Amino acid sequence: MDQLLLLTWARGTGLNLALSIFVLGVIWRLIEIYSLGRKQDLSAPRDVPGASGWHTIFRRSVPPPGMLKASPVSYIGGYVFHVGLAVVIFLFAPHIELIKNLLGLSWPGLPSQMVDFITVVTMAAMVVVLIDRITKPVKRFLSTFGDWFTWTLTFLPLLTGWLAVHHLLLPYTLMLALHILSVELLLICLPFTKLFHAFTVFGSRWYNGAVNGHKGVPV
Amino acid sequence: MSASLDKGVRVLKEVIDAPIASYFNSCVHCGLCAEACLFYTETGDPKYTPIHKLEPLRRLYNQEYTLLGRLAKMVGLSKPVTDAELAEWQELVYNSCTLCGRCSVVCPVGNDIVYMVRKFREGMSASGHAPDGLKGAVTRTVNIGSPMGIKLPAVKAQMKHVEADYGIEIPLDLEGAEYLVMLSSMEIINFPEYLGAIAKIMRHAGKTWTLCSEAFEATNAGMQIGNSDLARVIVKRIVDGAEKLKVKTVISPECGHAYTALRWEGANLVGKPFTFKVQHIIEVLEEFRLAGLLKTEGMETDRLTFHDPCQLARRGGVIQPQRNLMAMIAKDFHEMPDAGFMNWCCGGGGGASAIEEGEELRLEAFKKKKSQLDAVKPKRLVTACANCRIVIEEGLEHYQMNLPVVGLTETIAEHIPDPVGKD
Repeated sequence: MDQLLLLTWARGTGLNLALSIFVLGVIWRLIEIYSLGRKQDLSAPRDVPGASGWHTIFRRSVPPPGMLKASPVSYIGGYVFHVGLAVVIFLFAPHIELIKNLLGLSWPGLPSQMVDFITVVTMAAMVVVLIDRITKPVKRFLSTFGDWFTWTLTFLPLLTGWLAVHHLLLPYTLMLALHILSVELLLICLPFTKLFHAFTVFGSRWYNGAVNGHKGVPV
Repeated sequence: MSASLDKGVRVLKEVIDAPIASYFNSCVHCGLCAEACLFYTETGDPKYTPIHKLEPLRRLYNQEYTLLGRLAKMVGLSKPVTDAELAEWQELVYNSCTLCGRCSVVCPVGNDIVYMVRKFREGMSASGHAPDGLKGAVTRTVNIGSPMGIKLPAVKAQMKHVEADYGIEIPLDLEGAEYLVMLSSMEIINFPEYLGAIAKIMRHAGKTWTLCSEAFEATNAGMQIGNSDLARVIVKRIVDGAEKLKVKTVISPECGHAYTALRWEGANLVGKPFTFKVQHIIEVLEEFRLAGLLKTEGMETDRLTFHDPCQLARRGGVIQPQRNLMAMIAKDFHEMPDAGFMNWCCGGGGGASAIEEGEELRLEAFKKKKSQLDAVKPKRLVTACANCRIVIEEGLEHYQMNLPVVGLTETIAEHIPDPVGKD
């Protein structure tokens, strides 16, 4: 009975609270960052095709020359877990159902067995990049509490979701409640941790592309 | 110029803008920028990771411009930036960063790290934490006119020598000339062949040009140290000279940072767009080539390679012209690995070569250039930056490599035939 109560709270009040903090947090942080503005560049521009902020938003998704070889785990692990996360979040039928209820938008999902497989691959990739962070001197040197914390925040929804689907470890109701709660924790923390790169990555790439594009350098 | 921590912090608060805020919020501590930095790759020391070089700036940004950071500062969870910390960071911000910008082109979230280092230097300089070698260079440029303390009489003596050697008159303060030619101290003292080459090429192309007695030095130590007020004083001389002589184009010499200072930072430093064009000498030569005004004779037959100065190529957008020019005169040309856009720095750009205490690290970082050269085994190395040239020559000497380094402009000039009917 308590488990059901927890699930009901997580699905109702909890979700509303988390979504509100998430949306307001994202708006607040975006204003906090981008309202700082920047000075106009008065030097004469050099126009070169392909050198612009928009180009860099896309181009930077591909490793620059020599970089894949220099750090294969970062790139391959990074691709796998980012794409995996996107697939699991947005192409799992129950998630699409939830989004439909919230926003009225819907799209076709992937078969649940495939999502299941991708979830395992994504978790594996996350474990690999975690080991990489622990063992590579540079990554370890740069790591702060925030890095370990956000890794956990991202991993928990995957793990609890997968366990819930497979009715493992805990009763389904409780595991589902924990899954939803872990997602809510992720939503609440996202605007205020490095996870916010999910939003600023576009602005950062754009600025870099625009500043260098002004000089005619496609970066 | 009284420097203090307060002043430094005030300056840093001023330079933080939306791009910097976006960059700090995007960093995921992946450390890929380290792989792009020769100070990390050649030493293996994680402290040389480019984004780490900005740690005090990041904390200050958080404390001043984010709600959570302000709260953390209030309750003592985030420590304020101190003099001791900035003193510790001097090595990271100056000695081990040449502003080569490789980190900025590899960061997967798109952070323009070198943009931030350039701005961080403004605060380092204002708080008195710039290296003495650079401070001296700036003071000499502002007070005497050049970082190496060269005055007009030295330039005039150089002009006389070149006139005698080449039999071509060197114009000084010629109003209405098409080109105003700038020099770097290095060229005045160490590489007089540059001025001779210019004289020869301009005569060959039938162009009018001049030197300016009030503005002959193109390098800008003010920009390298990160003091925009002084950088402005230095750039303003050139702007005044160009406007007074009513030239169409100012030619930046074979010096990478002079080009960045004049071409990209200049108008922003003086606060208005230029009324004249700024071109690197390599761009001018390429324009002459395309217009059919550059007709060379004969070819170099030894094995040659080209070192791309960072500020000309990756930071300046001039990558193909130097290759087109090399093709005119080199029969046996070979590219180094990573040449062009991804080229590795000589290790002494961004003012680093003026820092005495950074020499050991610089020579360590030079191993990257050495490995590039070992891959090609050239008989001569051609480049288009006098500072790269000096730094590379020092590195070659240290590693006992026998490899002459030459400038592209002078190499081109050697292939320009003497005019028929004159002696």
